[in-house]
Amino acid sequence: MLAYSFDWSVLWRQPYGEWMLHGIWYTLQIGFLAWILALTLGVAVGTLRVSNRAVLRFLGTAYVEFFRNIPFLVQLFFWYYAGPMLFGKTIQFEINSISGLNYYVAIVALGLYTASRVAEHVRAGFASIGQGQYQAVLSTGMTHFQMYRYVIVPLALRLIIPPLTTEFLTIFKNSSVAMTISVTETTFMSYKIDSETFHGLEATTGAMLVYLVLGMSIVKLMGLIENRFKVQGLISR
Amino acid sequence: MFSAVTGNLAYLLGGFLTNVQLAACALAGGIFLGMLVGLGRISTRKWVYRPVTVYVDFLRNIPLILVIFWFYFVMPIIAGRPLNAFVSAAISFIVFEATYFGEIFRAGYQSISRDLVNAAYSTGLTYWQTVRYIMVPIAFRRMLPSMITQSIITFQDTSLAYVIGLQEMVRRTSIVDSIEVRSIQLYSFVALLFFIVCFAGSRVSRYYEEKGRRANVL
Repeated sequence: MLAYSFDWSVLWRQPYGEWMLHGIWYTLQIGFLAWILALTLGVAVGTLRVSNRAVLRFLGTAYVEFFRNIPFLVQLFFWYYAGPMLFGKTIQFEINSISGLNYYVAIVALGLYTASRVAEHVRAGFASIGQGQYQAVLSTGMTHFQMYRYVIVPLALRLIIPPLTTEFLTIFKNSSVAMTISVTETTFMSYKIDSETFHGLEATTGAMLVYLVLGMSIVKLMGLIENRFKVQGLISR
Repeated sequence: MFSAVTGNLAYLLGGFLTNVQLAACALAGGIFLGMLVGLGRISTRKWVYRPVTVYVDFLRNIPLILVIFWFYFVMPIIAGRPLNAFVSAAISFIVFEATYFGEIFRAGYQSISRDLVNAAYSTGLTYWQTVRYIMVPIAFRRMLPSMITQSIITFQDTSLAYVIGLQEMVRRTSIVDSIEVRSIQLYSFVALLFFIVCFAGSRVSRYYEEKGRRANVL
């Protein structure tokens, strides 16, 4: 056993305490903003996957398979390092000169990635709605678009709140990967504290507690939402 | 066109081999530990159930990257000397993935009828024999699609060992990229390799899922 003297004050001593708070603020921002993108895009892609047009179904499936089968770290590096190059030399320099580019890339990459997972839950939600419901809606004279917009999507979204809770938790956990492109979120900050003080053990333990509290708060919050939007007449938990 | 990839192919694929080796260690250890974690999660003894549940609930809320860092910082203190990145990463993966495999095993164990387990006891099998010959094989077969899916996720996660400087494929790609500055082709190549392996894996998982649904036995 190596002699190691713990110094827990690296979690609150200045400037480290401020670093941690900054990190938590960034984790929250990235998580929430990426979630908005993931939810919007995920619902769209999930709807494509149950479309009655083969082309649209293929597009939805291709999106999901593409984003699910490549590690998020690789996706993030691709968008950050290779992404700007896709636009050709002149625009590439414009893009690379944007300040805080890593922050925006992290949000978009995380949103695109999580959308593929959300889409799978949305599809499962659609599948759980009985055929009779679809036929009943169409028989009232609604178009296909109206059917999805006013009946199926709102219903499916309410049914899939529990798995979406898991995804919402996961998006905050995955936001930690943004540290690899130097986004100053919680994990990055705990690592930065280590490089200054060599007390990485305390710093990462503190960061773990941050994620734990965040996770428990989300479960609570989603529990309230689930209760508020539960579908009447179904067996609830 | 693909000179940066072809010129460094052996180096890059060597990194990919590290990903495969790390995944193999993580899966062997994670699945074995997961079997026990799953047993702990259905235990009626509070002193078994409580600590195991805290372990699972805690780690499932923590990002893997942080767990990798934590072990990277804590291992030298326990071992008394710096450990190499591979060993440190392998330990973090086993401890982390065991919680996910544990929950899969738990679902598998819970799908086994009480009568079957009682029948096993009545033939004179001990608790561990029942686990070894009845519960684990059935849980494993029923949960095979989920196990394969989780294995694919584990394989993708091995890229995160990048953060402690392990010479796996993404780390090597970023090293090559810093010299060659051919980000598009290099990162596309990594993405393609992972895609092929993971896509094939997801097809295998789907196959067993369909097979299980058709057979509808056990």
